[in-house]
Amino acid sequence: MRLLTHNMLSSNIKGVTNGFPLGIEVEKVIEKQVDFNPDFLRNMFAKVEWKALVDAARTMGYAELPEEADLSMLESDDFLKRFHHALLELHLEEGALVCPETGRKFPVNKGIPNMLLLEDEV
Amino acid sequence: MHRSLHAFRSAYKMPYRTAQIRLVSSHPEVYEPCDDSFALVDALLADRTNLLEHQPSICMEIGCGSGYIITSLVLILGQEVPGVYYIATDINPHAVKVTQETLNAHGVLAELVCMDIASGLEKRLAGKVDVMVVNPPYVPTPEDEVSRGGIATAWAGGENGRSVIDRILPVAERLLSDRGWLYMVTLTANDPKEICLLMRKKGYASRIIVQRSTEEESLQIIKFWCDSDIQDLNEATSSPRKAAASFVGSLVSQFPRIPFGKSQ
Repeated sequence: MRLLTHNMLSSNIKGVTNGFPLGIEVEKVIEKQVDFNPDFLRNMFAKVEWKALVDAARTMGYAELPEEADLSMLESDDFLKRFHHALLELHLEEGALVCPETGRKFPVNKGIPNMLLLEDEV
Repeated sequence: MHRSLHAFRSAYKMPYRTAQIRLVSSHPEVYEPCDDSFALVDALLADRTNLLEHQPSICMEIGCGSGYIITSLVLILGQEVPGVYYIATDINPHAVKVTQETLNAHGVLAELVCMDIASGLEKRLAGKVDVMVVNPPYVPTPEDEVSRGGIATAWAGGENGRSVIDRILPVAERLLSDRGWLYMVTLTANDPKEICLLMRKKGYASRIIVQRSTEEESLQIIKFWCDSDIQDLNEATSSPRKAAASFVGSLVSQFPRIPFGKSQ
């Protein structure tokens, strides 16, 4: 699971009002290189919750993102490369995602989060 | 299968642009690519020029099964639409694993999440998906088969095969961006005409991209897209009857083999 996906996931347990962002428990992080695409990053910047990305990246061991970011930074190659790495190249391979309200853990195995809810959670 | 463009391409060694059956992984509890899967991929191939021009940035599949369709979509858009975020879901934990293996075997990447339809993505992915592909469980079955789990979730569609389709449509509508496209497999028994009418009320135009009859079933691959003219029409209260009449006319011409009225 890339952090872009983490940025799009929320806990959907019945009764949870703010299930975003999910906490991350790290057992294993892997890195996979992907092509650097500034246009894609500029496009995604508007869709990403920045603070959630910064915190998630730090939990995964990457602390090179600025605490705050604005559109002017998208002109900087250095910024884009850090954004690219955090968003697309860090993968949570093993671990769990944690509901911020209930603490319920959603396991991540072989890079795939299991967000299935139990009957009493739907 | 023998009539599919995929098989034709393989037989004549045409350029490799979709997932290859020999590289598609499998599991006893996961639906294998079949006529419906091939028909959907053929629809994507038939619409490829439009897809390339569309330049989607987020593409999603709901119910990825073996991974044949999402892998094909990645390959069809390929290098010509670089930097696309692909994400696929399935309620069956075996299916997302098999999809991962199928993607790996083709050397392509997509993000996978095990969840019911898009529960858990609906909030943050709302209004962001530019292309969505769905091969839903469309087979008419007794209602209790729908929630039986395992491989049945791949095909059991409840009454008229509409139980899951009718849950997916509002989710799709929520997730699609203003310029989003939805490609969906339907069976004649699902009453696709009525599905198109439902979607039209939400502002979506529709077109059948592929229509295919096999020995067992008659399938349509329908493409839906947001149409501002329809939205304007829906909002205009002045001549709703006239608008409805002209729309029914266009639908009748699209569904020549479907009897008018409830198709059962």
